[in-house]
Amino acid sequence: MEKLLEVDHLTKVFSMGSMISRIRITATDNVSFYIKPAEIFALAGESGCGKTTTARMILGFEEPTSGVIVHNGKRTTENGRVWFTEGVQAIFQDPFGTFNPLRTVDRYFFETVQNYKLARNKKEAIGLIDQKLKAVGLSYEEFAGKYPSEFSGGQLQRVSTARALLTNPTLLIADEPVSMVDASLRMSIVNLFKKLKEEFGVSVLYITHDLATAYYVSDRIAIMFRGNIVEMGPVEQVLLGPRHPYTRLLRESIPEADPQKRWSGMVKLSDIEHEEYLRQGCRFAGRCPLVMEICKRQVPPDVYVDDVLVKCHKYTGDNPTSSSWSL
Amino acid sequence: MNQTILRTEQLKAFYVLDIHGTQKVVKAVNEIDLDIYENEVYGIAGESGCGKTTLLKALVGAIEPPLRLIGGRVLYQMSGEEIDVASLDEEEKRQLRWEYVSYVPQGSMSVLNPVIKLKETYRDFVESHAGRNTREQAFQMAKEHIAELGLPLKILDAYPHQLSGGMRQRVTIALAALLKPRIIVADEPTTALDVVVQRGVVQLLKEIQRKLENTIVLVTHDMGVQANVADRIGIMYAGKMVEEAPTGRIFGEPLHPYTQYLINSLPRFGDKATREGVPGSPPSLLNLPSGCPFHPRCPHALDICTEQMPGHSNVERNHRVACWLAGE
Amino acid sequence: MRILRDLFRDYRFAFSFCALCALLLLALSSVFAPDDPTLWAVVPRDLKPSAQHWLGTSSKGQDVFWQATFAVRNSLIISLIAGIVSRVIAVLIGMVAGYKGRGTDRVLMFISDSLLVIPLFLIIVLLAMLVRDIMNLVTLGLLLAFFGWAWDARVIRSQILSLREREFTQTAILSGTSTLPLVLKEYMPFATPLIFSTLINNMSWAIGMEITLAILGLVNLDIPTLGTMLQWAISYQAMLLGYWWWLLTPIVLAVLLFVALYWLSVSISEYLDPRTRVQRVGAR
Repeated sequence: MEKLLEVDHLTKVFSMGSMISRIRITATDNVSFYIKPAEIFALAGESGCGKTTTARMILGFEEPTSGVIVHNGKRTTENGRVWFTEGVQAIFQDPFGTFNPLRTVDRYFFETVQNYKLARNKKEAIGLIDQKLKAVGLSYEEFAGKYPSEFSGGQLQRVSTARALLTNPTLLIADEPVSMVDASLRMSIVNLFKKLKEEFGVSVLYITHDLATAYYVSDRIAIMFRGNIVEMGPVEQVLLGPRHPYTRLLRESIPEADPQKRWSGMVKLSDIEHEEYLRQGCRFAGRCPLVMEICKRQVPPDVYVDDVLVKCHKYTGDNPTSSSWSL
Repeated sequence: MNQTILRTEQLKAFYVLDIHGTQKVVKAVNEIDLDIYENEVYGIAGESGCGKTTLLKALVGAIEPPLRLIGGRVLYQMSGEEIDVASLDEEEKRQLRWEYVSYVPQGSMSVLNPVIKLKETYRDFVESHAGRNTREQAFQMAKEHIAELGLPLKILDAYPHQLSGGMRQRVTIALAALLKPRIIVADEPTTALDVVVQRGVVQLLKEIQRKLENTIVLVTHDMGVQANVADRIGIMYAGKMVEEAPTGRIFGEPLHPYTQYLINSLPRFGDKATREGVPGSPPSLLNLPSGCPFHPRCPHALDICTEQMPGHSNVERNHRVACWLAGE
Repeated sequence: MRILRDLFRDYRFAFSFCALCALLLLALSSVFAPDDPTLWAVVPRDLKPSAQHWLGTSSKGQDVFWQATFAVRNSLIISLIAGIVSRVIAVLIGMVAGYKGRGTDRVLMFISDSLLVIPLFLIIVLLAMLVRDIMNLVTLGLLLAFFGWAWDARVIRSQILSLREREFTQTAILSGTSTLPLVLKEYMPFATPLIFSTLINNMSWAIGMEITLAILGLVNLDIPTLGTMLQWAISYQAMLLGYWWWLLTPIVLAVLLFVALYWLSVSISEYLDPRTRVQRVGAR
């Protein structure tokens, strides 16, 4: 099977504090996954789980402490950024932060065209830019010469996508692309990803904390918790029949847009979050309803149940648990 | 039948700005009539730029330049009398604050003093409003209150920055409920919070409402949260209230085209069929379209929609819509 | 232009613009001076202001008005040299330190901090004594420039540090822009108000410094500047003798210059502030 992007045992440790007392936080802990061509892969989890750090390492904005990133069979190195970014592009969470508020948005487009030598003269450049804008539902006339503040959030996010498409990337890293966009405009952006996958064969690494849109648009999903991938597999299986207790907690806590399906039972929250990072065994042990003695001492192994990878002691051979679960 | 505790009549509040010589008017709240009952959770849903934060400010009487009250009234129902908020002076409003109506703004940190411990913040509140003299009594009241709501007692000894975002938000909400106000107004209390923490915050609000039997006005654009907690929902668009109904009906039988789009565009588990978002973009409040503000994006727009703003038609008891189509 | 019109709404800009124009005219009219300003006794001494000598004459036998034109001209030249050269140094060092970070940053900031920590005044005085013989407008300007960049380099560096973390930096990198064009194109618009206001402040400081050095007698006293004029007036006891026209001229001109420069700096940097600029874009 061809792998467009493979991440192997990627680890990033941040050490913070003064010279006298330093704490080390493992933001991503031996994270491994791969993305196939023409697939939408979701990396989901709550804030602080390490998903953005992973994205930054893939894009080269952060140095991994250890681990390997392989793109199209080649390991990425520090100097490899130019060819890497041609095949890989990104869109970010805050559409208004993505562009310099004091410059017109089209400047970035023309710069991309020039730097990657995508056109021979200005007329060709405009043609290419217009083509990409049309792919996202906009046109050159309504875009040229405008500052970021003259667009709405949803429009600007589409503009950001168009810029990313200029170099015909095979992989698009979308870091929380819709969390700052209004609910009614989210669908148009997310549908755009679907279209890019189906019509142009672009793969998308969709990073989000919104499991509903992740369910809607992705093929496979990985759930991250405090730096580890705790469950990974086809999205129907992971989100409709979650196995890991944390995934179950997430799934149950999503407020569904259906008054018939209200929450039952109160939730217990962790008071001091960074303690969870420093645990010895399973990091979820403090809140897990299925916790066992071994969970507090040993880091759980990665176990395969059907097509799904689960990082939990409950699913190892000697502790079988029923794998069906319904809401 | 439910008693009204807060209502507005044709409320108009605009921002009047002067940017380098040109005057711009932002019509944030444009002729809104509301009728909010006791002992209910009233949700206001709408997207960024629709005017809901301004509406909240008007409801709690926090209108300051450049925001101006252009027309209409906000009326509180207190001990049998109807009081116009605009007629109150600063001292009277101050007394009402936190005792009658509490405002939980977006971003809890603006309520908590970052340089004193939480128990001091609580004590300040109690002292300035309930007039209890002894520190012990105030402290006791705070402890009971926190414990009742299921929050751990040790947070009282902490500074705000030591707590997580979700915990701070819950502390702020608990503070808002300390003096047992009749109305709690919360502006996007769950935005930027994680899913599980969000659940905790919302459940806390519900718990408070259940205990105090008061009214909560909850503003959020997250329809999932609205579905989970609101009894009735009002949908705002471009400064106007376009539909209002009990929660079940908003989700089951939305009548306004905007509401319909909104409900249909929400992704649901178990269904990966393609959904469409609302086409176009929300209008700028500086430059509203003529007639019904939704007509440029509405698939069923009639000629009259471009000329005149529709009034509210009562489709059923408790369900009203501002749309020319529903009037027939 | 629209920009000038917008700026003129601010009374501070209007005043300072007019004042500076007037001072500039004054400086330029030095071209028409009838005598060499370094010569003494070209006119009768100590005359009050009259139709022939608009601002009277000094005890050195020089026309105060024509001296003033040279004084303003030379003070402006010194401060411009000091200001511009120190800007260039501050911007280069600040931007490189801010963007590169780590080792380069530490070394550059060490140098910059050293210049901040040493007692500037003493060092300038020492150096001025040493180079007094070759002191002229340009050398004085350069001397002041050498000591005027350290603070502002740090200010620009912090601006760059915060800009580096913003997402549009990442967008620019993904667009293939390399370091130097990135820093110039993306960060300059943010740095411009800083650079401009610190330029003006630096010019004010340079003028003040020059006056101080002159009063201490550490500059070439033959060259007429605001400082040297004042110095001569003081050493000739102009106040006691009542020659107010000679004493007041440099003082009034200096104060006018300071106020005008300050208001210019404040009004322009408010105008250029990215936050108000973004607002203006929306209002168009």
